[in-house]
Amino acid sequence: MTTSSNLVYLIALPLVSSALLILLGRKADKWGHLLATLVSATAFGIGVMEFLAMHTRTGAARAATQHLFSWISVGSFNVDASLLLDQLSICFVLLITGVGTLIHIYSIAYMSHDRDRRRFFAYLNLFIAAMLLLVLGDSYLNLYVGWEGVGLASYLLIGFWNQKPTYATAAKKAFVANRVGDVGLSLAIMIAFAQFGTVTFEGVKAGVPHASGAAITAIGAMLLLAAAGKSAQFPLQSWLGDAMAGPTPVSALIHAATMVTAGVYLITRSNYIFDASSTARLLVVIVGGITLIFGALIGTAKDDIKKALAASTMSQIGYMILASGLGPVGYAIAIMHLLTHGFFKAGMFLGAGSVMHGMDDEVNMRRFGGIGKLMPITFATFGLGYLAIIGVPPFAGFYSKDKIIEIAFNAGGTKGWILGGATLLGAAITAFYMTRLVVMTFTGSKRWDEKAHPHESPILMWLPMAVLAIGSVASGFFFNSGNSLVNWLAPVLNSRGVEGGAELMKPIVVSGLALAAVVIGVGIALTKYRSNVPIEAPEDVTIFTKLARKDLLQDSFNEAVLMRPGQKLTAGLVKTDTNVIDGLVRLVGAIFIGSATALRRIQNGYVRSYALIMVLGALALIAMIWVVTL
Amino acid sequence: MDISNYLYLSALLFTIGAVGVVVRRNAIVVFMCIELMLNAANLAFVTFSRINGNLDGQVASFFTMVVAACEVVVGLAIIVTIYRSRRSASVDDASLLKR
Repeated sequence: MTTSSNLVYLIALPLVSSALLILLGRKADKWGHLLATLVSATAFGIGVMEFLAMHTRTGAARAATQHLFSWISVGSFNVDASLLLDQLSICFVLLITGVGTLIHIYSIAYMSHDRDRRRFFAYLNLFIAAMLLLVLGDSYLNLYVGWEGVGLASYLLIGFWNQKPTYATAAKKAFVANRVGDVGLSLAIMIAFAQFGTVTFEGVKAGVPHASGAAITAIGAMLLLAAAGKSAQFPLQSWLGDAMAGPTPVSALIHAATMVTAGVYLITRSNYIFDASSTARLLVVIVGGITLIFGALIGTAKDDIKKALAASTMSQIGYMILASGLGPVGYAIAIMHLLTHGFFKAGMFLGAGSVMHGMDDEVNMRRFGGIGKLMPITFATFGLGYLAIIGVPPFAGFYSKDKIIEIAFNAGGTKGWILGGATLLGAAITAFYMTRLVVMTFTGSKRWDEKAHPHESPILMWLPMAVLAIGSVASGFFFNSGNSLVNWLAPVLNSRGVEGGAELMKPIVVSGLALAAVVIGVGIALTKYRSNVPIEAPEDVTIFTKLARKDLLQDSFNEAVLMRPGQKLTAGLVKTDTNVIDGLVRLVGAIFIGSATALRRIQNGYVRSYALIMVLGALALIAMIWVVTL
Repeated sequence: MDISNYLYLSALLFTIGAVGVVVRRNAIVVFMCIELMLNAANLAFVTFSRINGNLDGQVASFFTMVVAACEVVVGLAIIVTIYRSRRSASVDDASLLKR
């Protein structure tokens, strides 16, 4: 372990900048966005410096720590606020600050007409700070602070245009769904503390071999619940589609590239727990497998370009979760797909934002068509991201997604066939819905109103898209050449490459199958959507399309199973409160009022009746004494 | 003569007084009935003093007399004041305290 004194600036700079922008208010309107972008770029610079410094060190000395202060100290329970920058965290630091800076630059232009641009940048910086704390914390409790911080930033940014009630509701929905996951994380931390007496990654890792299997499985399941909440995985996936209410740069940064992948980070960071429990691993692959198909199916029917991309994000994170559930062979692959996905999906979201920018915030793809000629740079960058996500060689997605399909097939036995089949099917559906999206938006005949005047976006917007497009093209090859990413992460993730002997399928076979799936998906989409796309969504569609349009009934399910019984429960509790609890209180009051009303009659003001009562009282007293002494 | 006859007389006087307080309306009569009850008690004190052969009861009766004298002064003053303001000495008329 090396100690470093620079790590704190990664978090402190954006945090201070965010506080400044909020506290100074309108005074900072003129230069707020510039400060925020500068701070984000500085954080990226620090990240790059740390990365280079880490490269010069070898072995165990690569990881750097920084002790900030003693946070909690109660008896034998000590939590330090310490930062840990190891091979895994640095990947995230570079992704967050790098993509973050590009999106800051993009937002300067995208949000230039919004009078609250400064507040937007304050929230963006808050997000950067919280996300960096999430990946830099050296214990689950430090991670938890960042975890809640990104949740807050996500809530604030989804509801950034909260003057629209539906947007405010979407923000609330995201917050509540995340809260369910957060309960999982806090439970995992509590179980970890009860079992190991510590909540640092190192301490928990050291304690795992001595702990009971049930406890490990419980921690794993709770961590998975947390990951499902933050990463929009089944069964907590429903918030991500509505989260598209936020400004498009937010969707690109938070709901595609970084925050939603925090669940994958959590699982890969806790690899020692999942290595020790096959049950927990099985749960993880089940959740990942369901979500990757679920998201892909939703993506096929969405006409809202951002919602289609959101469904795609859900599906791609399903791939990552599935990979991380496959054990040591999968962790590094999951991170690789996370990084490549960070490039191409952020790039495509920015592309969608660019299209919306040119089309007066129209999001319905049925009203697009033929935009490619008018927005050539957007089309080109989006197209590169598209080729990357469907997995065409040699673009980034080809390397990362094919690896996932490969290790899924090689998981062994029936499980391997099911998982491999699911990932392959997912690849075909991905190719279908992405082709549909690109064809409907950029090619074909124009279907927009005469009022719209599509035009290419300014350089501040297309430059970040171009940089991300380069990442979509090259990152996969770069990460994969000589297994560089897998080897780089190996000390943290205990990862190893796919073993040659136990392979069910050779990489070349998998690539062939995956390409065939992609060709089928693209072919179907091309024949269906190349021309004659109706402006109104057709109503005479199959039941499956109807279901997919309704997000496979996820909201109806939540409403029927959780919301309505919940409402009935609260209504029942309110009734119990008013009738039973308040009833008892009111009964006591009524008894006293009633008896007082009755007793008040005695106080009639006549001296003789008081005298009579005194006489009777005295007689009663005498009678009592007489009886007692008798 | 049997000394317990004094006690019977005392009980009789007390009862007459008590009934008078309860049933009469005229404040002066009620007041006199109270005096009658006090004196019945005094008679009982003196009788018991005689029976027990010591002076405790007689001393107590002196206290009663002093208190009764004071009470007469205050009580009559109240009755006279009420009579002046209301032109009535009926105790039932002075029933305003209940409100």
